[in-house]
Amino acid sequence: MERVTEPQDRQEEEQERGLSQRIGVRQDATAGAPAVDGPATVPRGPREAIFGLEEVQVSYGPKPAVRGVNFDIGKNEITALIGPSGCGKSTLIRCLNRMNDLIPGARVEGKVLYHGQDLYGAQVDAVEVRKRIGMVFQKPNPFPKSIYDNIAFGPRVLGMKGSMDEIVERALTQGALWEEVKDRLKTNAFGMSGGQQQRLCIARCLAVNPDVILMDEPCSALDPISTGKIEDLMMELKQDYSIVIVTHNMQQAARVSDKTAFFTVELDDEEHRSGRVVEFDDTEKIFTNPADSRTEAYVTGKVGE
Amino acid sequence: MSERQAIEAAPAARRAKDTAFRLALMACLGLSILLLGVLLYDVVKDGAGHLDWHFVSSFTSISADKAGAQAAIWGTIWLMGICAVFIVPVGVATAIYLEEYADNDRWYNRLIEVNIQNLAAVPSIVYGILGLAFLVRGPLSLGNTVLAGGLTLGLLVLPVVIISGREAIRAVPPSIREGSMALGATQWQTIWRQVLPASIPGIATGVILALSRAIGETAPLIVVGAATVIAFNPEGLDSQFTALPIQIFNWIQRASNDVNDYRPLAAAAILLLMIMLILMNSIAIWLRNRYEQKW
Repeated sequence: MERVTEPQDRQEEEQERGLSQRIGVRQDATAGAPAVDGPATVPRGPREAIFGLEEVQVSYGPKPAVRGVNFDIGKNEITALIGPSGCGKSTLIRCLNRMNDLIPGARVEGKVLYHGQDLYGAQVDAVEVRKRIGMVFQKPNPFPKSIYDNIAFGPRVLGMKGSMDEIVERALTQGALWEEVKDRLKTNAFGMSGGQQQRLCIARCLAVNPDVILMDEPCSALDPISTGKIEDLMMELKQDYSIVIVTHNMQQAARVSDKTAFFTVELDDEEHRSGRVVEFDDTEKIFTNPADSRTEAYVTGKVGE
Repeated sequence: MSERQAIEAAPAARRAKDTAFRLALMACLGLSILLLGVLLYDVVKDGAGHLDWHFVSSFTSISADKAGAQAAIWGTIWLMGICAVFIVPVGVATAIYLEEYADNDRWYNRLIEVNIQNLAAVPSIVYGILGLAFLVRGPLSLGNTVLAGGLTLGLLVLPVVIISGREAIRAVPPSIREGSMALGATQWQTIWRQVLPASIPGIATGVILALSRAIGETAPLIVVGAATVIAFNPEGLDSQFTALPIQIFNWIQRASNDVNDYRPLAAAAILLLMIMLILMNSIAIWLRNRYEQKW
């Protein structure tokens, strides 16, 4: 668990709402896909897939950091990637909007299909990809600008038409932040609490109307109350967006996600660590009746991180 | 020895060493301050009396009573202006390339990097010779003009601007670049709208410190042919020029006698130069404190 309590977050109020419904496995998880036994299986149900991952392997050097990834990520679903440190969850999520391009030496093999199109095809432009597939990072990273300019940055660089004031208000409202900040839009975003900063980063991402939101451990630097707000927000956002979240927090995966992929770390003969997917299934199944004994050991806490 | 006794008092010898070391450090500091103080006192004693409006607004003259430093002051201002216009775009662009685009695994990028470090330590006279060969004569043939002088000083301090610019750009955390790129901004949009604005205080500080090094340079200007005795201000980029350090050198060099004592003039010009320097450094410090971004 990496939840850190930040004192400055105490000013945030309205805490209790929805806390109880976030605890424990959600019972209404959609069980559309048929459960298939065995490791690294690919349940391909009737749902519409945003991403199709086929034998994806990512390497930063001669050896893969994560390999053998095969599953589909569905539309209007929250897909959680869980597993111990070093299993390649963050590496994988960064391939989905080509953020790995920024790391020298990063190499993606296999197929990452986005609405059926190969994301790493020769004619695909990484900048265009990132317009459609937004990302929220582990540590809140607001720009050193006003709250307003943080939101307006994306629409401005993309040359979006329409009233900027309306775009900003809409994004902040969607990001569940409007009421808290509407009177101080021109103040520097660094004056916000950690939780507010992270919701600002989510709102910033929403302002450019993405199709998918990738979240790389978005709550790991936040206290439980801020985490709760972000989880509530994710549940609302999934009506309009598809969300992929990397989390170290298994309860979080259980609370918010529809599908869960469990990753593990394997050591090869030369002690090189690489991650691979053990099991991908409905979240409810992963947490109550996993097919693989390694998944079970992990989600029940029999093995530490 | 019991634990209680062990923590009581350190042996006198150890404490004495501690004190002696501290005194030695303070003595070194005191020596530097003393030397600076003596120098300042001497210059102020000789020059303060001459530093008046007449000195600032008159041209130099054979007669020490009538002589002033106007041509040198304007020459220095022109030099600094030309220098700044040259080093800001070139230095910042180089810093951006080296920090944001250059692949450090490539041998030529590493070579450039090492050379820039070395260039910062090359004696200024060498830049003077470079300016003479390539700017005054040679390919550009600008002549003994204020443009050639300003560009020579620019070449001299360019490495300082590049190095401080790189540090300022590097201080912008990668998370800001990632956040910007993840919104669909291009690399150039990210640099222009996020990285540069966030690093402007650091870049500006570096530029001012570079200029304050250039303002006191004498040797390269002598080599590129700054005139020592002229009675007019630069009127354009192709004007002849003099500068404060040159004027100081010239006054000190002249034979003083009972009628004409040029040494107080030199002291006054030194004071003027130091005031300009202090002003520039103050602006740099103010900029740094006012706009520095805490991440």
